[in-house]
Amino acid sequence: MASEEELLEEITSSEYKYGFVTDIESDKAPKGLNEDIIRFISAKKNEPEWMLDYRLKAYRIWKKMIEPEWAHLKYPKPDFQDIHYYSAPKPKKQLDSLDEVDPEMLATFEKLGISLDEQKRLTGVAVDFVMDSVSVATSFKEKLGELGIIFCSFSEAVQEHPELVKQYLGTVVPTSDNFYAALNSAVFTDGSFCYIPKGVRCPMELSTYFRINEANTGQFERTLVIADEGSYVSYLEGCTAPMRDENQLHAAVVELVALNNAEIKYSTIQNWYPGSKEGKGGIYNFVTKRGLCLENSKISWTQVETGSAVTWKYPGCVLKGDNSVGEFYSVAVTANHQQADTGSKMLHIGKNTKSTIISKGISAGQSNNSYRGLVKINKNATNSRNFTQCDSLLMGNNCGAHTFPYIEISNKSSKVEHEATTSKIGEDQIFYCKQRGMDEETAINLIVNGYCKEVLNQLPMEFAVEAQKLLEISLEGSVG
Amino acid sequence: MEQVIKPSIKEDFLRHFDFLDFSFDQEFYKNQRKEAKALIQNLDFPTSKTEYWKYTRLNKVLKGKYSFKELESTPYDLQGLAQNRLVFVNGYFSESLSKVNVGEGVYFAPLSQAKQENKELQNSFGKLYKQDEIFAVMNQAYHQDGAVLMVKKGKVVEEELLILNIIDGENIISQPRNLIHLSENAQAKVILKTIGYNSSASFTNMLTEVFVDTSANLEIAKIQEESKTAYQIATEQVKQEANSFFKINTFTFNGALVRNNLNIDLLGQHTESWLSGLYLLKEKQHVDNHTYVLHREPNCESNELYKGILDDQSTGVFNGKVFVHREAQKTNAYQSNANMLMTDDVTINSKPELEIYADDVKCSHGSTTGQLDEEALFYLRSRGIGYKTAMATLLKAFSADVIDQIGIESVQLEVEEFINKSFKGV
Amino acid sequence: MIEIKNLHASIDGTPILNGINLKVNAGEVHAIMGPNGSGKSTLSSVLAGRDEYEVTAGEVSFFGEDLLDMEPEDRAAAGLFLAFQYPVEIPGVSNVNFLKSAINEIRKKKGLDAISAKEFLQMVKEKSKLVELDGKLANRSVNEGFSGGEKKRNEIFQMAMLEPKLSILDETDSGLDIDALRIVANGVNELKTEENASIVITHYQRLLDYIVPDFVHVLYKGKIVKTGGKELALELEEKGYDWIKEETGVSA
Repeated sequence: MASEEELLEEITSSEYKYGFVTDIESDKAPKGLNEDIIRFISAKKNEPEWMLDYRLKAYRIWKKMIEPEWAHLKYPKPDFQDIHYYSAPKPKKQLDSLDEVDPEMLATFEKLGISLDEQKRLTGVAVDFVMDSVSVATSFKEKLGELGIIFCSFSEAVQEHPELVKQYLGTVVPTSDNFYAALNSAVFTDGSFCYIPKGVRCPMELSTYFRINEANTGQFERTLVIADEGSYVSYLEGCTAPMRDENQLHAAVVELVALNNAEIKYSTIQNWYPGSKEGKGGIYNFVTKRGLCLENSKISWTQVETGSAVTWKYPGCVLKGDNSVGEFYSVAVTANHQQADTGSKMLHIGKNTKSTIISKGISAGQSNNSYRGLVKINKNATNSRNFTQCDSLLMGNNCGAHTFPYIEISNKSSKVEHEATTSKIGEDQIFYCKQRGMDEETAINLIVNGYCKEVLNQLPMEFAVEAQKLLEISLEGSVG
Repeated sequence: MEQVIKPSIKEDFLRHFDFLDFSFDQEFYKNQRKEAKALIQNLDFPTSKTEYWKYTRLNKVLKGKYSFKELESTPYDLQGLAQNRLVFVNGYFSESLSKVNVGEGVYFAPLSQAKQENKELQNSFGKLYKQDEIFAVMNQAYHQDGAVLMVKKGKVVEEELLILNIIDGENIISQPRNLIHLSENAQAKVILKTIGYNSSASFTNMLTEVFVDTSANLEIAKIQEESKTAYQIATEQVKQEANSFFKINTFTFNGALVRNNLNIDLLGQHTESWLSGLYLLKEKQHVDNHTYVLHREPNCESNELYKGILDDQSTGVFNGKVFVHREAQKTNAYQSNANMLMTDDVTINSKPELEIYADDVKCSHGSTTGQLDEEALFYLRSRGIGYKTAMATLLKAFSADVIDQIGIESVQLEVEEFINKSFKGV
Repeated sequence: MIEIKNLHASIDGTPILNGINLKVNAGEVHAIMGPNGSGKSTLSSVLAGRDEYEVTAGEVSFFGEDLLDMEPEDRAAAGLFLAFQYPVEIPGVSNVNFLKSAINEIRKKKGLDAISAKEFLQMVKEKSKLVELDGKLANRSVNEGFSGGEKKRNEIFQMAMLEPKLSILDETDSGLDIDALRIVANGVNELKTEENASIVITHYQRLLDYIVPDFVHVLYKGKIVKTGGKELALELEEKGYDWIKEETGVSA
């Protein structure tokens, strides 16, 4: 009979499936960061003056900041002067269709098991593929264009829709928000931009696949999604990254703006290289994600995270408008030596605002998984509600599961409930499954999937399937 | 150019202690003070950046000008108080107000006396305080008097023992220091109470070291009722050995700023700990309860329940942390914080934390915040119950599970009485 | 089918079973009765393979195989089914999903292909009628929020789905009202064939009015102290267990 130790050994020894490197000629900025590098990036991207000013201002703020220490994380601090801040595949020519895409890149897709073509046909997903920070192909553009929906790379947006970028960039995550956000604001290379016009319901899930590809290249994505009054959009972000020995820094900023009566659903699957099972290498993931909700609007974050060596991430909502709603659903799995300090921030400013936080952590191996969340209800946010539930599941006795909620309430008519539990998978449950004929692996998968169900249910169908697969891979071998 | 070197807040504050006379101390205790003074050199008062003090600002407290004031007695009415009591006024022992009549095997005396006559005290005194917490270290360096309770093996103290600190006067500073040590299988119940009488703008920094040895059973009821302009920092440092039982109920009824630090270290298996608290806040009061329960060994249970009723412009802070070591399998740890907010001008900051490294555990925490059920209030009134009574009834119902935990009858009555009278009929 | 010889088992060093001998053939229904603490539930747990129990002596052969050497899931695949006295709740895992996983695992072990969705749903529909299980329950999480009666009916439903060779019903009647008891018993009776067998563990005779046993065994202090026909159950109901204690000379 496979002992629990053996099972855990196997969970923790599951090899990273997506470890391969695509060889694309790139043109890089020299290592290091200073005002000249920022000018180089800006010039390279042919940016207008105001964009350069924004970056320089952010850089000057960043220089005065110190890297935060409060998270429950231990890792060697990255050397910010030892990073290439710009690297882009050399554009060969303007692409009109997928046929013209570098075949090597298409091959990469196949290894990932995501055929762009097939996804387009079968699921109606428009895919904007980001490879080392520069968008290469954007599909379904025309169809979206008919509805007035703008879905393009961030650089393109700066060129084509400067008025929108100027109006909203940095309004949700100001440059001075935190160390990594300031860094991103100074050096971001590309990302996605999305605008849904008034009253339009985006007919398909918008999706972007990010890949970090060049060795020693920090990845600084910038995403801005604007849902104008009464519009709706569901946005998917999915990630896999190739195997690397050195730590790679990723400091993205995602800003969502939901104007009156709008709704944004933002789903993420994150499966970056978590490092070897000895804890070597892996991605550092320091991300600032935040949404601004105006009256009667709603923003919903859903994430399934199994990757990265170190994760520092607190997607949140600023519920500024009356009756606005913020939601956060998360499954975070850590195995081997992974560390995650993640959770959500819900800031209630408007009246009758509502937020829900459902966080499910699973820790295995020698990993540490912390929930850190803030629920703040301002004095004027009367009749507001928050419900928070964070559950932790421990697999094995070398990992840690922690909960650090911050609850700040300043009016009497609001109601806040926070519940948290920590437990291990019940022996009774495993035995019950076994008695019905399942082996331990199947039993654990089944129980884990059940445990995460409230979150998985929030994902769009095709994403949910992928997420389940990912959970199985991460806890795989668990069992065999 | 001439430069004026301004003394830091810390240096300024420490000047309060310049004139204290500790000549009564023996060499052992003098050395302890010396060590603590050295530690202070490397410590600073918390700022807004100090996570442990995140929601409590000390500027007002630290900029105050205080003085020590020795009084032998005070007109405060002691009638009806416990028959066994050590009474201190402004941190100084009052022989005339105290009464001690304990049996054999029980040592209950002021610290100043114990230092002289009780050799055993040296085995435990100063062993538990946290050397990186400036207020604990300050107490260690400059404490005045306080109570010492030592109960011998197997001895059961039937009657409750009262340790009472009365603050009488304006801008009084005091640093009381207590020690409670129950030997194996001993039992006792202690009331630890601070009262303000004709006092204002005082600052009290109290430290209590508590040892609960194997199979011992201790209950403490801590009552804080200083003046509404008083500042208090009170720390209990508790060590529990195997199979022991410890319960502490903290009631905060008054004070401008009250900060409680309760740290429980579980060193043996099969211990049981109960922590509860009730804070009833009015006006601009600020009460901050920090608790830390450290599970080091398997099979221990801790239960925590703190409740607060916040009125006017008051602020409540709750930060409860449960830490479960890798070895502490089969730990059961429960933590709950509930707050009832009476106005839109109150603030509550609640931070229930779990840090867990063992996998076979049952740990949970919850925090709820809401308001009085207006429907229930209306229902009671429509049945002819007056507003005040209806209010008191509902608030007592809210507080009931904390009050039920009190194992000392007189304290139970006192708490209920306080709730009854504390709600003004509008 | 199953032959238990001189089975001894203990938990945390305390002996519970002290030499059980029992042989069950295909087509038979055996009832095991006994007062509280006699070892009834321990017997079912040991047979199903719960690892808290340590087998200190004896052997059990199941279709000629050494049962005690098998993993719980392999015992299940070999056709042993335990209807739990306290079925556990598995939040978030739907009943159908649970059963589908179980069936496919067992089929895999037998070298069969996974069951088709259509065939499976047909089977669910058919078998749930047997125990009058509401279709909605099939889609709810395993046992979560089920009433006591629903949980027990769900156990029999699972039994119907998995078609075991030997079913052990561990105090399936405990906490059931008469209607639920009748439904559960009908289900069990419907499933009875010449090829399968059941061991019904119970404290009371009442269940045996509905599930008529071929043999009744009395378990006391970890041993079978008396064996008889179905009339033995009635006798026990009437006289209680004390006369057994006296008759067998085992002091209480």
